[in-house]
Amino acid sequence: MSDHILKAYDEDLSALKNMLSEMGGLAESQLMRSVDALMHRDGKLADDIIRGDEKIDVMEIAIEEKAILTIAKRQPLGRDLRNIMVTLRIASDLERIGDLAKNVAKRTHAIGDAIPRRLAAGLNRMGQLSRMQLKLVLDALAMDDADKAMEVWRHDEDIDALFNSIFRELLTYMMEDPRMIGACTHLLFAAKNLERIGDHATNIAENIYYLVHGKPLRDERPKKDNTSTTPFSPIGREAE
Amino acid sequence: MNDMRYKTVFTPEPPKIVALNPAKIVAEDVNVYYGEKHAIKDLSITIPDKAVSAFIGPSGCGKSTFLRSINRMNDTIPTCRVTGKITVDGEDVYDSSLDVVDLRARIGMVFQKPNPFPKSIFENVAYGPRIHGLAKDKTALEQIVTESLKRASLWDEVKDRLHAPGTGLSGGQQQRLCIARAIAVNPEVILMDEPCSALDPIATARIEELITELKENFCIVIVTHSMQQAARVSDLTAFFHLGILVEVGDTNELFTAPQEKRTHDYITGRFG
Repeated sequence: MSDHILKAYDEDLSALKNMLSEMGGLAESQLMRSVDALMHRDGKLADDIIRGDEKIDVMEIAIEEKAILTIAKRQPLGRDLRNIMVTLRIASDLERIGDLAKNVAKRTHAIGDAIPRRLAAGLNRMGQLSRMQLKLVLDALAMDDADKAMEVWRHDEDIDALFNSIFRELLTYMMEDPRMIGACTHLLFAAKNLERIGDHATNIAENIYYLVHGKPLRDERPKKDNTSTTPFSPIGREAE
Repeated sequence: MNDMRYKTVFTPEPPKIVALNPAKIVAEDVNVYYGEKHAIKDLSITIPDKAVSAFIGPSGCGKSTFLRSINRMNDTIPTCRVTGKITVDGEDVYDSSLDVVDLRARIGMVFQKPNPFPKSIFENVAYGPRIHGLAKDKTALEQIVTESLKRASLWDEVKDRLHAPGTGLSGGQQQRLCIARAIAVNPEVILMDEPCSALDPIATARIEELITELKENFCIVIVTHSMQQAARVSDLTAFFHLGILVEVGDTNELFTAPQEKRTHDYITGRFG
């Protein structure tokens, strides 16, 4: 895209882009570390993550202020206008991702020592998947690449499917051993948080599509998370 | 071959307002020359009735030239030549049997600088209806003047000094007086050539409010250098560049997601 006649306008927009990309990097790192903290029951790391969330919140406010000022000063139109609106929406998604990562970290303290190995592997895999989605969508954002964003959008169903199976597994553990209910509930919330992070990554992907094409993505997104409509029937107990 | 070079992009095709409202002005393959200079190239556009259409584009792009071809104001320029067809309600504007004075009564015009006659406020508005014989007596004429000033949102400010000179009003009031003068002869179309560029923001807002009210009854075409103004008041926007009508679309679409790169570069302030 060619430059504006007003250089300061280009500087405003590129400052916004840099702030957003920094915020994305922070959110990605918080997510990665929160899964690590949970997997290794690392309370110190968890506390560090909880404290670190404030930085993301501060960045969101800074982006909002800069965006509002840019609208007031430049009265953007066309893609510039879409760019600023999309920046605001993505900043809000990243802020939510930060909150969800913080919440995963918080649960490190609550689950205690006992996580069944298979479950830990599943959760770890979910963490990897959601982090990969976030990383890809942030790359797509940096390059204004709508095709890449669409890939992220399509792959959200992988996270949903994995969450679905973890949900069923957790139910099974809880029924087999009621002493596990506390820890498993925390793990269920943690898994749900990771699944929500995947949803925010697809929101970001939709915004990139709108930025590039100038029209909203209207297709129905593939959904594989059916836990909210699944009746109470843990694995291996369907027959009873 | 020219079709390829001077193709207009529609956003969408046809624009929603054009599909929705009846067509008022239709231009087909219009070319305008000033001597050797080719000022408008193969322009075709449908302008809807009861709506505001805005022409935007950098200086010298041909938007005012095209506006002036609609009511044949260009006839006054000896070197100017117009080819192609412009119709208003299906009637050819350049038909040799057509009375140009009648045409300009049907298609009123408001200019960049307010240009009231050096007469009273009343006379400024009464002049047109009088020469066109629109009022059968003094009472009827007074009624037309009152009505026109009311429709131009000027009545309350001038009702106590109708016989004071029109040139004594403020710039914004003068411009509304010119609009009252234009609508006094009961036109169908009002052409406005940068009507607010000499006005302050408050007077501009009054004119814009007035334009929005007037579109209920008139077909309004406005040339403006203010993108924000086009975005605020118009339903249809046409972007001109170097004598070519580059893109025509619903205003809402054109200012958020134009299709043509030239349109986009212009509205976002990227033109070198």
